Amino acid sequence: MDILSLFVVVPIVTILALVFAKELKQSRVIAASGMLVQFLMSLNLIYAYFKEKQFNDDIMVFTKDYLWFEKFNIHYAIGVDGISVAMIVLASIVVLAGIFISWKMEDLHKEFFIALIVLATGVFGFFISLDLFTMFLFYEIAVIPMFLLIGIWGSGPKEYSAMKLTLMLMGASAILLVGILGIYFNSNAGGGNLTYNILEIAKVNIPVEAQNLFFPLTFIGFAVLGALFPFHTWSPDGHASAPTAVSMLHAGVLMKLGGYGVFRVAMYLLPEGAMTWSNFFIVLSVIGVFYGALAAIKQTDLKYINAYSSVSHLGMVLFALLMLNKTAWNGAILQSLSHGFMTALFFALIGMIYGRTHTRDVTKMSGLLKVIPFISVMYVIAGLASLGLPGFSGFMAEMQIFVGAFQHPDMFHRVATIITVSAIVVTAVYILRVVGMMLMGPVRNDEFKGFEKATWYERTGVILLLIPIVFMGVTPIWLSDMIRESLAPFIERML
Amino acid sequence: MRQELVLLAVILLLVILEIFMNNKKALVNWALVIFGLHTLTGFLPMDEGSLFGGMYQTSQLVHLFKNVLNIGVLIILLQSAEWIKKEIVDQHKSTEFFIMMLSSLLGMYFMISSGDFLMFYLGLELSALPIAALVAFDTTKRVSAEAGIKFILSAALASGTSVFGVSLIYATTGSIYFDEVAQLLSYSNLSLVGFIFFFSGLAFKISLVPFHFWTADVYEGAPIGVTSYLSVISKGSAVMILMIILFTVMKPFEMVTTSMLYIVSVTTMFIGNLFALRQQNMKRFLAFSSIAQAGFILLGLLSNDQLGVSTVVYFVSIYVFTNLAAFGVIQSISTQTGKENMDDYDGLYRTNPKLSLVMMLALFSLAGIPPVAGFFGKFFLFTAAASQGFYFLVFLAVVNVTISLYYYLLVVRAMFLRKSDQAIPYFDSSFTMKLGLVLAVIGVLFIGVYSPIYEYIYQLSIL
Repeated sequence: MDILSLFVVVPIVTILALVFAKELKQSRVIAASGMLVQFLMSLNLIYAYFKEKQFNDDIMVFTKDYLWFEKFNIHYAIGVDGISVAMIVLASIVVLAGIFISWKMEDLHKEFFIALIVLATGVFGFFISLDLFTMFLFYEIAVIPMFLLIGIWGSGPKEYSAMKLTLMLMGASAILLVGILGIYFNSNAGGGNLTYNILEIAKVNIPVEAQNLFFPLTFIGFAVLGALFPFHTWSPDGHASAPTAVSMLHAGVLMKLGGYGVFRVAMYLLPEGAMTWSNFFIVLSVIGVFYGALAAIKQTDLKYINAYSSVSHLGMVLFALLMLNKTAWNGAILQSLSHGFMTALFFALIGMIYGRTHTRDVTKMSGLLKVIPFISVMYVIAGLASLGLPGFSGFMAEMQIFVGAFQHPDMFHRVATIITVSAIVVTAVYILRVVGMMLMGPVRNDEFKGFEKATWYERTGVILLLIPIVFMGVTPIWLSDMIRESLAPFIERML
Repeated sequence: MRQELVLLAVILLLVILEIFMNNKKALVNWALVIFGLHTLTGFLPMDEGSLFGGMYQTSQLVHLFKNVLNIGVLIILLQSAEWIKKEIVDQHKSTEFFIMMLSSLLGMYFMISSGDFLMFYLGLELSALPIAALVAFDTTKRVSAEAGIKFILSAALASGTSVFGVSLIYATTGSIYFDEVAQLLSYSNLSLVGFIFFFSGLAFKISLVPFHFWTADVYEGAPIGVTSYLSVISKGSAVMILMIILFTVMKPFEMVTTSMLYIVSVTTMFIGNLFALRQQNMKRFLAFSSIAQAGFILLGLLSNDQLGVSTVVYFVSIYVFTNLAAFGVIQSISTQTGKENMDDYDGLYRTNPKLSLVMMLALFSLAGIPPVAGFFGKFFLFTAAASQGFYFLVFLAVVNVTISLYYYLLVVRAMFLRKSDQAIPYFDSSFTMKLGLVLAVIGVLFIGVYSPIYEYIYQLSIL
């Protein structure tokens, strides 16, 4: 078994083991140990990646290729570069933290962990795939458990949210399918064979008309998952209704599939389409960034605030990708990672607060810092990271995005960049406002005084997520090395 | 010809056993065993060839397809056994059920291996008439009798239309043999009219829009075993013969067929899906879903080569298993509790988790969600259509996939998301029902991911 396939096999084994679990104690231990193995494997993968890179100069390392459907040239092809390694680490940390946060899941616990890990299987499979078909397959596997996860264990208008989210994401994947077929049937442009393999397709130049036709389909197909305006509406409802761990996984990991897919498939394989369409999509992403931030100000439900903030932050990822230069791309990937950890942390904390106060309405809470200090302090830290304070991950990312964006001297890009930068100010407003209303001030509600302090499993989950945020803010060098090397083939192909 | 002869022997054996065996419940089990053996003999290797001066032709592909039909019918019989023992044995007509269903299957055999229009017509009629009796089999229910009348009228109209088309083709070519017609047929107004009438007749069988009106009522009224037979076996073999005739005999009409299939496919998908959205009765629901699925199948027919043929056969095989898994669950619940509405499924997972999981897998497969087989089937059909450059059609099809996902998820929602005080209580299905469901689920899980099956079909897909 090769080092990458294990990332799909371990979750599957965990699921099979979960089928035999009877009590909550068993199922959570099985789930946690499975995902702990996954987490350790991802740490080992970083080490193995650097070791391999010393003498192996390929675009993708640890590549394996097995023929699956010969007549359609479908392979099970896997491989990773620095970007996917970073994403795999992100995913494994968030999944593990998510399982700790759901430690007290009572209702249908076994099914909950199974659905959660099916989702994780899809995510890991997606990040290791080099074949468009398998990538698409894992993408759908990652999306469909959301329906059950939100619908069964969610709160509020959960059926509506679950249906809306699933239909919008699956609709997007359906559009993506047309794009993928379009790429496939043009992949023999150089006279070679038809192929789904990303590395092979990257060697040919697909005819420009086909690129212009299929780029928007592929782009939108992925970007809906990355909450591109105006297709973001599934995200606030979905996040607000989902149970804590699912919100974490969804905002932290699943939405990253969007940005990653846009970059790896739409832009890398259809560079000229990207040139043609970039301005159009820049407009949409700028609207998303600014609109998301403004909408977050207006919300009083903690989860909605965070969900709109995700729309804003991920809009920034798409914005940076479309800037088509190295610095901005670097920033986009850092932003993806940083947002993943940060939002997961946010949602975890919101879940803990909700578990105690039984409300998510900011106006009804006050003085939490005095009663649940650990959770409150962590919330402040997550907030500061989110608004881009130096020393945390968000700063590094946004800095690079804007430096990259300002390299475009023309009016259009300047205006777009200025609008996006100003959204950061708005971000500060909504984060500080929540911190002020919810955490500071006197404890007005007497019930709040008897709150239980954070338990060991809650602390474990939170610290797991906090470490990478600080790490990325203080010593981003390792990560930058990994990403910079991996950007080289993109730069070579597109710039 | 061996398959037909063995099946005929099975039917005659059942007639004899009916006379000499008094314990009819045991006879039901024996009938299952005998048909199971027939299914197994189908897997013995067989040569290609033609008989009766070309009236009867068979190829490896047709042979394979007959095996798929056999397995399908076996699953249907297994799933129906419980119902037969419970309700039909007392009416003293349990063996008739088997005999008529198998006679109809014999008709399907002849239809898909026909080498001329006469044999085709014979097979068509032999397959349709017993079904009409089967549809009205539940004589105690008024809807069943009504469905029987509706079916026989539309079937008669359909075969009449088909034969009229054939007579016009005969008028222009002077032959009814497929080989000769293929050479003599040329594009003329008369032959075109003949072709269109012929196509319409088969479109009734496949329930393509605008020939779909009988579907929902008949599916709802018929006993569930017969409904599943109509939706997979009857539809599957009609698709098969339509494909054979389109690709071998009707070549001169390629331009017309392309645009015709395009339009019919789009309307079928949209109408099937849009009507399915609001259905409450599970049988009606699957009736419209099966209309929509027929629209997807036509996408594969647009690609007139080995790829197209293989994807259609592959999709139909997957569809057989998938739909039978869904119908099996409906039948099991209906036999136990008599409930057939979507509301009755509320909270099913908490009382009957296994049945709910089977249903979910089946629905996911119908909706085309990985990793179950339906995903591969649909993906390959779309690939076949895209290989001919029909990207816009594929786009419309994927829009329909999303619409269909909505109503499939409605059932999942009822089973998993809802809680209900009146949820169907836990029950234990009979062994035969379990076996039928397990066979169907194995198909749903493995036909997709296990790629040698597709490779095998592709190899044989030469018409």
